[in-house]
Amino acid sequence: MESKYSQFSTHLILILGILIMILPIWIIFASSTHDNLTLATKGMQFGFGDNFLSNYHNVVFTKGGFSKEITLLNLFLNSFIMAIGIATLTVVTSLLAAYTIVYFKIKLASTFFWLIFITLLVPLEVRILPSYQVVSELNLINTYAGLILPLLASSIATFFFRQFFKTIPEELLEAAKIDGVNSWKFFIDFLIPLSKTMMVAIFIFMFVYGYNQYLWPIIVTTNEDFWTVIMGMKIIFMRSLVSSFSYVILSIIPPILVVIFLQRWFVKGLINSGK
Amino acid sequence: MKRVQFKSKFTPFLFVAPQLAIVLVFLYWPILQTFSDAFTVQDAFGFSKTFVWFDNFAFVITDPAYIRSLKFTLFYIFVITLVTGSIGLLLAVQANSVIHGKSAYKTLLIWPYAIAPAVVGVSANYFFSERLGLLYGFFNDLWGFNWMENVSDAYIYVIFAGCWKQISANFIFFLAGLQNIEKSVIEASSIDCKSSFRRFWTVTFPLLMPTTFFLIIINITYAFFETLGIIDTTTIGAPSGETKTLVYKAYIDGFKGLDLGSAGAQSIIMMIIVLVITIFQFRFIEGKVHYN
Repeated sequence: MESKYSQFSTHLILILGILIMILPIWIIFASSTHDNLTLATKGMQFGFGDNFLSNYHNVVFTKGGFSKEITLLNLFLNSFIMAIGIATLTVVTSLLAAYTIVYFKIKLASTFFWLIFITLLVPLEVRILPSYQVVSELNLINTYAGLILPLLASSIATFFFRQFFKTIPEELLEAAKIDGVNSWKFFIDFLIPLSKTMMVAIFIFMFVYGYNQYLWPIIVTTNEDFWTVIMGMKIIFMRSLVSSFSYVILSIIPPILVVIFLQRWFVKGLINSGK
Repeated sequence: MKRVQFKSKFTPFLFVAPQLAIVLVFLYWPILQTFSDAFTVQDAFGFSKTFVWFDNFAFVITDPAYIRSLKFTLFYIFVITLVTGSIGLLLAVQANSVIHGKSAYKTLLIWPYAIAPAVVGVSANYFFSERLGLLYGFFNDLWGFNWMENVSDAYIYVIFAGCWKQISANFIFFLAGLQNIEKSVIEASSIDCKSSFRRFWTVTFPLLMPTTFFLIIINITYAFFETLGIIDTTTIGAPSGETKTLVYKAYIDGFKGLDLGSAGAQSIIMMIIVLVITIFQFRFIEGKVHYN
């Protein structure tokens, strides 16, 4: 048993850590419930104010953009389409690719492996200008495909699935083959159920990654119908201090909820991949 | 690779096709484009390209602004990796040893991971704004903090913004790593070694080595690439380009400066840097499988 003293210091350090995390967000939230005059004269606020409902109502429903026709709800919809699109397609394409690389006897396996894994070298941030050139040549500027597809060219998920498949005992496939299971059936009836935790972990990871994209949506959308929440942070809705504070708070809610509610899966997936 | 595998002519190609197609179009094509940009110079109207060998590279690496940016990037990566790694490890060890309220602490510490760098930057903006910033006021009273003028103050600003959410990522992975260590090993060591401090550094920490190496890579890639959203919403490189990371500089030179040749050369230099990091990463992860 640890001594009482060391448990006390443990709690103290953890609470200090939590304060560092929560305090900035609390101050922004508290400030977002006051009016502009209070903020301009007295600075940021620690306590709760009277304008919570009206400030948040304004941020969500006031129309903005060049056309004065879009609201925050449009931006949220686009962010969700982008994030869910990226997360789903990444899970599907990389699961299939990792399956081919690990479970099939083909001559080109190592070629495929290197062709795909080289993407680790070149994150989107490094190839952002030429990616824009390619996307505009394909006429995908201002489309959901343009927002989503270039972000799928990343092999980190394939890598994690490959690592995970390698930990699955050989006997599983041997037994399945003896029973005459073919590659489709093995994939659907054996591998997918086994990979569930890993799939959820990667889905969460890619959802957060997709939702949080900032530069790519700025570059690839000129039409405000395709603007996302995170890129909108700097461009529109910065009408006043209170509205930008409320905007910050609203924008962080979806990914935080996803991480908190699915954390059990997320951490389990991480432990799996670490083996 | 597995000892037992499926043999089929057609199916594997079908399975690998979606990812391969995406990679070919959205990765290899842009890379070819980068090389074509990096070795050519475009005329002012974008009509013709002239092949110029390594002129763009020579121009980039002899530019004092680029060297400044390179130095700042390396410094930034080092500080973020060190600070977030140590604080994340400290918190993970405490959360792993706490008896009451373990899951509450865990939940309260992992959520900042989900916040976008750009949002962190916009938020940091308010804390470091001259007019109403709490931290600006606090530091200004202490030593006359002014990030728009003093380079070291600007560093403090982007380091605060860069570290905050990454502490969470380090905490999650270290905690997962700690939970992965067999309880019996720790219990056995507590018989031999009474001091819990020494026990941690001689038994637990070496067992965490795979997690530590993995996190170093994660932190390096974060500080290198993902902080672009932070720089763009905080200092925008101020004062006079001192806080421009390499990625941010390539973006500004390419998109705002429209200097495709220089941006292409900068991208290729970054690819070489990442190549070195990745070789290191592969060696380690492949080695780690044997280790476990």
